[in-house]
Amino acid sequence: MQTSQKELILEANHLDRQYWVDLWRYRELLYFLAWRDILVRYKQTVIGIAWALLRPLATMLVFTVVFGNLARLPSGGVPYPILVFSGLLPWQFFASALSETSSSLIDNANLISKVYFPRLIVPISSVIVSFIDFAISGVILVGLMIWFGFVPGLQILTLPLFILLTFAAALGAGLWLSALNVKYRDFRYVVPFIVQLGLYISPVGFSSQIVTDGWRLLYSLNPMVGVIDGFRWAILGGEAYIYWPGFLVSIGLVLVIFVSGLWYFRRTEESFADII
Amino acid sequence: MSDSILKVENLGKKYYLRHQQSGRYTALRDVLAGSVRSFGRRLLPGNSPAPKLRREEFWALKDVSFEVNRGEAIGIIGRNGAGKSTLLKVLSRITKPTTGRVAIKGRVASLLEVGTGFHPELTGRENIYLNGAILGMTRADIRRKFDEIVDFAEVEKFLDTPVKRYSSGMYVRLAFAVAAHLEPEILVVDEVLAVGDAAFQKKCLGKMSDVSSQEGRTVLFVSHNMPAVQQLCLKGIVLEQGQVRFNGNIDEAISLYTQQTLTTISKVNLLDRHDRTGEQNLRFSAITLCDGKGNLLQQAVTGQDLRLRFHYISSRELNRASVNIAFNVYNSQGQLLTNLNSRDVNNMEMAVGKKGYFECIWPHFNLRAGTYTCNLFCEVNNVIEDWIQSAFQINVEDGDFYNSGSLIDRTQGDFLVEYTWKAEVWNLVN
Repeated sequence: MQTSQKELILEANHLDRQYWVDLWRYRELLYFLAWRDILVRYKQTVIGIAWALLRPLATMLVFTVVFGNLARLPSGGVPYPILVFSGLLPWQFFASALSETSSSLIDNANLISKVYFPRLIVPISSVIVSFIDFAISGVILVGLMIWFGFVPGLQILTLPLFILLTFAAALGAGLWLSALNVKYRDFRYVVPFIVQLGLYISPVGFSSQIVTDGWRLLYSLNPMVGVIDGFRWAILGGEAYIYWPGFLVSIGLVLVIFVSGLWYFRRTEESFADII
Repeated sequence: MSDSILKVENLGKKYYLRHQQSGRYTALRDVLAGSVRSFGRRLLPGNSPAPKLRREEFWALKDVSFEVNRGEAIGIIGRNGAGKSTLLKVLSRITKPTTGRVAIKGRVASLLEVGTGFHPELTGRENIYLNGAILGMTRADIRRKFDEIVDFAEVEKFLDTPVKRYSSGMYVRLAFAVAAHLEPEILVVDEVLAVGDAAFQKKCLGKMSDVSSQEGRTVLFVSHNMPAVQQLCLKGIVLEQGQVRFNGNIDEAISLYTQQTLTTISKVNLLDRHDRTGEQNLRFSAITLCDGKGNLLQQAVTGQDLRLRFHYISSRELNRASVNIAFNVYNSQGQLLTNLNSRDVNNMEMAVGKKGYFECIWPHFNLRAGTYTCNLFCEVNNVIEDWIQSAFQINVEDGDFYNSGSLIDRTQGDFLVEYTWKAEVWNLVN
């Protein structure tokens, strides 16, 4: 039973090289936490997992009616529901992941103050839970495509790349907010605001092509613009062309947020148990 | 080569105590306001006095060094606030040391609380997997140990019931069972046996001694339950105010600890006690003993009318609050005699000022000669404000309780009660 063990040193300011090894060793905890959150989410509900379908479907209908039928915004020849849904998918993934991660550490405060594990597991598992919802509502998109007889081009193969990008954006911002939330509970009030406002300033209900070229680069300072545009392009193809300068700015910002979020989280992680 | 598995050198852990602030966490507003203020001060030098330090350093652990060999069971004892829990938190990697160094060979599993991470909505089966994973087991480990865990916890009938419907006994049994089957090289256990019934406590202790003596694992055990510590451990470490007071044989450690708790109780100013819990908006500052007319007493006499005054300072003033103030009375053998509180006698509506005292009137005081130790507790509007273990002692001298003109010369029992006798005679009729 006894395995030869390397000596573990605990010291102030001691760089923990073991951290990433530990993260790997605790990967099953990642799975279990996500599994717990999914199991618990739909306990004692009547229609259960159907909620994951119902919410995006209703949002899509409202957006299609408001932006497509009433405001008559251009869709570039694509059925408006598909246009909306291809933006709604990554946005909802981002929004729910952001709200879940930002409160994840506080929600698991009793774990953090009583057990050791790499704290990164907590926010990552929250993103995974939102990813599951995302995958489920992806079914609606497939349904819509069949309904409208829409066949995507080969560029659909790049979709996983953009999913990864959404993941990075959500996790990066989530790492910042969750770590800040431990110390400053103010951020509890910031997140719903970001999510609510973000829906309007991101190209969810409309195509980003309606933003005039002069403003396009500025518009792309919202990193979700690049993410949603890329996502839409992968699904709709040529009809939704990518505005490259803006796209690159968005992607760059996503990476900055992700890397800095990871850095900030790792830097503050040690003190979580003392102040949570 | 020594078989040391855990080596602690000059370990220190510093916390900051924040004063004058209500919440546990910082609000961004305070940080911003603070930095604006200090910026203003820099612009206008000499204009305002130096800022008063709001933070006070507090060393929960200081210069702690010891070594533990493979297969040893060590009891860590000390009063509340002596640093036991902080030490366990550092050893189980929950928090980082401020100074010093710890070297550990092997995996540490800590059980600082029973049922950490249990989710009430999930079933027993699901919680076994979840809790196992949280404590660091792999899925394969758990599957292998599953039957043993269920068997130990005696919950096989309820495996598929959500644990929120479990009795508290079942809940604790299941939680302990998972942790007991962890198989780490070092098992760290904090005061978890305080829950559960006597039979189960015995079973847990048995399991822990198996872990250390038969499986050759190392156990660090924190408890206030001295018989349990004595039974499980051969060596003991006594902590006092964050420092190692004694390290060696468990019997010596326990007798030292028992003396230590007796000598410091009444001498210490209550406000200097850090080993207290609660929100601390209200803090007890002193306890005085008075007779029925309010004259201060040094000790109580059996039979007199007694007033216990619990002086406090409070950061809030409340005209009408619901105050539950309570104290437990233990005899010198550590047996709980009684609990006096304002809830049971419907005396809870009280005013709270910045300073003041709550008074407990105990007419015809019925404890007999001896020294009694009391825990003190106060809840304001259902929030625990202050809670101090062994807060004070009452010294009692025998008095004429029954107004018989003489003292009772037997020492049977700790207290007297009022009673009378009468006789009934059955006349025999043929």
